[in-house]
Amino acid sequence: MDLSLSPSEQEFRDEVRTWLEENHPGPEPEAGLEEVMAFRREWQGKLHEAGWAGISWPKEYGGRGATLIEQAIFVAEAARQEAPSPANVLGLAMGGPVVIAHGTDEQKQRYLEPILTAEEIWCQGFSEPESGSDLASLKTRAVKDGDEWVVTGQKVWTTFAQYAKWCMLVARTDPDAPKHKGLTYFLMDMEQEGVEAKPLVQITGEGEFNEVFIEEARIPDENVVGGVGNGWMVAITTLMNERAGLAFGAISQIANSLKRLGDLAKETRVNGGTAAEDPVVRQRIAQLNIEAETMRLNAYRGLTKTMQSGIPGPEGSLGKWQWADINQSISELALEIEGAYAVLDRGAEHAVANGAWQYSFLRSRANSIEGGTTDILRNIIAERVLGLPRLR
Amino acid sequence: MYFDLTDEQQAIRATARDFLAARYKSERIRELAESETGFEQADWEEMAGLGWPGLALPEEWGGQGLGIVELAVLFEEMGYALAPSPLLSNTVAGLALALCGSDDQRERYLRPLAAGERRGAPALWDAGSTATPGRFALEARADGDGVVLDGEKVLVMDAASADFFLVASADGRRHLVERGADGVTVSPEASIDLTRRLHSVRLEGVRVAAGDTLPAEEADYHPVFFRACVALAAESTGLAQRTMEMAVEYAKDRQQFGRPIGAYQAVSHRCAQMLLETENSRSAVYGAAWAADAEPESLSLAASMAKAYASDAGWRVPDASIQVHGGIGFTWEHDLHFFLKRGKANAATFGTASWHRERVADSVLAEAAVPAAV
Repeated sequence: MDLSLSPSEQEFRDEVRTWLEENHPGPEPEAGLEEVMAFRREWQGKLHEAGWAGISWPKEYGGRGATLIEQAIFVAEAARQEAPSPANVLGLAMGGPVVIAHGTDEQKQRYLEPILTAEEIWCQGFSEPESGSDLASLKTRAVKDGDEWVVTGQKVWTTFAQYAKWCMLVARTDPDAPKHKGLTYFLMDMEQEGVEAKPLVQITGEGEFNEVFIEEARIPDENVVGGVGNGWMVAITTLMNERAGLAFGAISQIANSLKRLGDLAKETRVNGGTAAEDPVVRQRIAQLNIEAETMRLNAYRGLTKTMQSGIPGPEGSLGKWQWADINQSISELALEIEGAYAVLDRGAEHAVANGAWQYSFLRSRANSIEGGTTDILRNIIAERVLGLPRLR
Repeated sequence: MYFDLTDEQQAIRATARDFLAARYKSERIRELAESETGFEQADWEEMAGLGWPGLALPEEWGGQGLGIVELAVLFEEMGYALAPSPLLSNTVAGLALALCGSDDQRERYLRPLAAGERRGAPALWDAGSTATPGRFALEARADGDGVVLDGEKVLVMDAASADFFLVASADGRRHLVERGADGVTVSPEASIDLTRRLHSVRLEGVRVAAGDTLPAEEADYHPVFFRACVALAAESTGLAQRTMEMAVEYAKDRQQFGRPIGAYQAVSHRCAQMLLETENSRSAVYGAAWAADAEPESLSLAASMAKAYASDAGWRVPDASIQVHGGIGFTWEHDLHFFLKRGKANAATFGTASWHRERVADSVLAEAAVPAAV
């Protein structure tokens, strides 16, 4: 057991730290999503030039070939310094790894480089209006027509569809097969007639995600990934990658939030003292810090296990569940500390921290929904870790 | 970075698991729960043969020279097996002697303790006090070269079978007192935890020679206290692990409405919550144990985090297991109540969850991260 970084890991951490300090572009613009995306594209270009985009990807595909620990260090350090997100998050975290794992040589040639440069943005077409947690029940149909597939259906919660060139689309190619077996994974060109993305406004007032209407869109046969009928297996790998990659960034982000929460408590006057002297607030702050520490240590244990076995296990679900809980609780406590001022939003003259906690309170409601709901994660843990029987 | 047990640590775990499982079956634990001493001397001698009394004590004094990580592994198994044993009290006394005793005291007391030939127990909290760690009331009155102790210590573990006590006085020092010394009276207290004996120890004009007061000051005992917290938190983690496994087995087996109850999400999600709390507890414990061995400056905070978390998980998970079992889980006949009671007793011992959380708050809310005093 050794919870410290080895000398070479420390050296890597220092290299990452220094590079980020020197190249950090500052906070994201507060204006609209367009400006934010432009800012993130520029940032990803910088990351790519320095070899930090796709650090987990093998070198032969333009990545850095970093070890799992190095990836964790990079993600943690970037989050610690609050570096912006790259523009092509889904392409880097899911699209690229899927093409590398399941794609043909031609697909690797064609798709990987523009993911790294953010020249082409990717989105994920999994969920549908009637297929959320029960993803395998999805109804979007793909029918073979010569050497093309004709796709019709509707996707939803599609983040950044409005900017995307490619969609990781899972569609039903065999309606007669059992539901998990009749699916195929496609790369669909978003820039075609028959594909229309309509932004959905979220409870924060922003529009990160979309509905995507697909009406006889065309996908050439060479854009099938992992073979016809293997869509479920390919999709599951992407979800695993999504969860594994998130953990260490989430840990640093929570550490920053906890620091801000402590500052808020120290700055907020209540009952002739500060909120940081209130015993109830102190107990809750302590408990959140303890839970954050267990989450960090769980992630280390998970990382060690993944290094031994090669694949992230279902235990990763624990971390995602815990992250959602902690993140939500932090902003809930912040609003509690703000007291009556909790009602004031960004732009209000007397808003605390210009409404930052109001935003995170609202945004974090989605944490227990996005990327697998907490209820579904509990099912996964019950069934796949504890071996309890399935209800279905 | 490598967060897993080494092969040697796995071997300690496997030995402990097999040894304890073979000795502490349900009927045996019940027999011992009703016995006077609460444990079996023959078991103790076998544990001594395995080197357990001196596991984390220096080789120089006859210990195994292993670390707190290994100690945590052993105590997690003690909890898993619900083992009734004076190992905890003896280990804490041993750590105090190892870290704070003089060489003469180590020779006379630590060496036989590490060998399992004599047992020690800390006598810390005073009758009428709130048992706040680090705050003691008993006065050590100067008397010639030595001191005289008058007072009553409570919540002393395994006092009736210990050979000697480490008695804390108001000045923060510890004094070696033989159980058989003049003026010492040991009386049993009824504990909710039937697997660990508690006593009060009355001291009336007990004379302690100069060489029997440890040279250390109160602050020197903090590293002992934090190690004890880690060991106890490890034990609570073992209680959680075992009772979670019992719940999962039962939920797979028990049929209602034509299905195993584990297929219902009200039950399976409760089990998932048990896993979350057990794994968090384990991570916090081994994080703190590693700190004790490799990064002592982080131990104070890490130990309080581990003790706070495991204090809660150590009884909540057994409680959740009782809920999964339904009526049978509430019977005396089922073993679950022993786990619940041990977990709740552990939570109350060496600082409650709230007390440790307050220390954590102190640390994380400090301008600079200075660990709070006990």
